[in-house]
Amino acid sequence: MSTEPTQREDVTDTDPNADVPGLGSLASNAHAHAEDAHTVAAPARVRPPVQVAGKVLPGWAPWGIVAATAVVMAGLVAAIGWNWALWVVGTVVVGGAAQYVVSRAVEGKRRATDRGFTYAIVAAFALALAPLISLLYTVVSRGAARFDGEFFTWSMRGVIGEGGGAVHAIYGTLIITGCATLISVPIGILAAIYLQEYGQGRLKRALTFFVDVMTGIPSIVAGLFAFSLFSIFFGPGIRLGIMGSVALSVLMIPIVVRSTEEMLRIVPNSLREASYALGVSKWRTIVKVVLPTALGGIVTGVVLAVARIIGETAPLLITVGVVSSVNVNPFDGRMQNLAVFAFNSYKSPGVPPEPSIDRAWTAALVLILIVMVLNITARFIYRRFGTEIR
Amino acid sequence: MTAPAHTPVQAKSITATDLDLYYGSFLAVKGVNITIEPNKVTALIGSSGCGKSTFLRSLNRMHELVPGAYADGEVLLDDVDIYAADADPVQVRRQIGMVFQAPNPFPTMSIYDNVAAGLKLNSRKIKKSDLDAIVERALRGANLWDEVKDRLGKPGMGLSGGQQQRLCIARATAVEPDVLLMDEPASALDPISTLAIEDLITELKKEYTIVIVTHNMQQASRASDNTAFFNIEGTGKPGRLVEVDTTEKIFSNPTHKETEDYVSGRFG
Ligand SMILES: Nc1ncnc2c1ncn2[C@@H]1O[C@H](COP(=O)(O)OP(=O)(O)OP(=O)(O)O)[C@@H](O)[C@H]1O
Ligand SMILES: [Mg+2]
Repeated sequence: MSTEPTQREDVTDTDPNADVPGLGSLASNAHAHAEDAHTVAAPARVRPPVQVAGKVLPGWAPWGIVAATAVVMAGLVAAIGWNWALWVVGTVVVGGAAQYVVSRAVEGKRRATDRGFTYAIVAAFALALAPLISLLYTVVSRGAARFDGEFFTWSMRGVIGEGGGAVHAIYGTLIITGCATLISVPIGILAAIYLQEYGQGRLKRALTFFVDVMTGIPSIVAGLFAFSLFSIFFGPGIRLGIMGSVALSVLMIPIVVRSTEEMLRIVPNSLREASYALGVSKWRTIVKVVLPTALGGIVTGVVLAVARIIGETAPLLITVGVVSSVNVNPFDGRMQNLAVFAFNSYKSPGVPPEPSIDRAWTAALVLILIVMVLNITARFIYRRFGTEIR
Repeated sequence: MTAPAHTPVQAKSITATDLDLYYGSFLAVKGVNITIEPNKVTALIGSSGCGKSTFLRSLNRMHELVPGAYADGEVLLDDVDIYAADADPVQVRRQIGMVFQAPNPFPTMSIYDNVAAGLKLNSRKIKKSDLDAIVERALRGANLWDEVKDRLGKPGMGLSGGQQQRLCIARATAVEPDVLLMDEPASALDPISTLAIEDLITELKKEYTIVIVTHNMQQASRASDNTAFFNIEGTGKPGRLVEVDTTEKIFSNPTHKETEDYVSGRFG
């Protein structure tokens, strides 16, 4: 930095273009300033010295303050009778306040505000994360007991008490969700294409409205819908895997429509026009240009929609029922799935209850793992195939 | 391939008669009568908002893609009315290609596929070797072949702006249209790429009829044979064609005073 001004002066001194009018006047200006600095001793107005550094608390200060607060609060709470909740809440609140006060005294208002908000955001984040971590911990620790080979190879057929597995429920979950995806994805994507590329006027507005309404349908209502739909054709009391898929589709379609629509919307119009200008028809433009450009986002949306519906319990309880043996035909008889399996094992465990309850936890753990794998897949697909759209 | 990229081909003319262009109820361009000569470069000049792009886009029926937009009048390609009731806009656009202001290669496609897009997307059955030849010819024609011949499989988005624009020109010429419309094709490019595009335009007119919108007077005078001057009375008024003549005449001795004011840089 410090050498720059002199270099610049050199340049102006030896500048071969110095007699070009614009440059010349600039150069002479520079000279005038340089001379000013040498000859005029006391300028009329003195600017304050450059100051960019301020007093800053050391890096450990936020933690230190909170730790100190924790110790003090521990003393106070112990004095009135120990209470974990009071201690944690007290530490968080008083710690934040203490930090603001200290920072304000040392660093001034702006940094104090900054620290205050940083603290609030971190605290809110921790608050939001706490239940999730607690849940994961509980499910992993309790589900680990039966996370074994037998769980993934056995069904519950003829099993009473210990042992047994949930392979029938895993198959059921995958088949029911797979069928739901097969139903929802074409309908959802085509609906989104209609809404985004073709739809106009009242029909489009009406459809958008109904998609919004569908998003808000409680899952049990979707289950009842599928139940009554199939009851009309096959008589009451019918229970099929495909019924569950239909119920789940009702939940999944609006999600797919929404996410696909969003992805189609960000495909730039210039690409469509480029394709039209080559004499490509609208439909081929959509299939060959618009959809491939949006593909990464669409697939991600579908995978996330699957993750959203795979844990549904209520609609499946009334549409596919409960069964203890493997059934891989969604068009014939009841099927089991993980969420209902967990629910049922917990609700009516039998005697002794422990093995059944252990299986319920493991089923929950497997379900969480499946959802996690789906989410990671979605991210991977987006990274790998998501097109840079400028 | 040693044959010259551009062998002379008789191209087609365009004649617009009493053409009015609307956006909904807004009349954007009024009463255009013009004949665009074959195998010539016609430049459209005029101040911003006077309807050059609108007129240009009406020549291959891209105008009507804007919701509510429509055209009223007659546009003949040689002697076929492209606005006739039984004219298919998709067919029209196959004959009249377009290059846009901002380069817009398809981001999902390689350089090769971008050039082949017009043929592939229309799923015409073409042998691989024929397609290779067409792609090479189009890229050579757009002066891009030497720069990309070693990376035809790489994404088209990986090229520089000027290369992307030439890629778009190659893409437009690969389908062998009769007419090529260009809307400010060089406005986003540096002077060297601009000159490259202008040279290319001069080459291309052996095979195509070219209509080019430009704000650059030098470009119009350098690259075009005929110039059409559009003007607008004021905001909200429709744009209109003031005059069209040889570029030489427009820039040295135009019939209308407003044309002279515009090309010499004086307004109002
Ligand atoms: N999509 C559109 N919807 C409504 N009006 C439009 C649309 N596009 C252009 N217009 C209007 O049509 C008129 C002509 O616009 P046009 O884009 O053809 O001008 P132009 O001559 O190409 O201008 P420029 O030199 O700035 O590109 C303008 O008044 C403009 O506001
Ligand atoms: Mg324009």
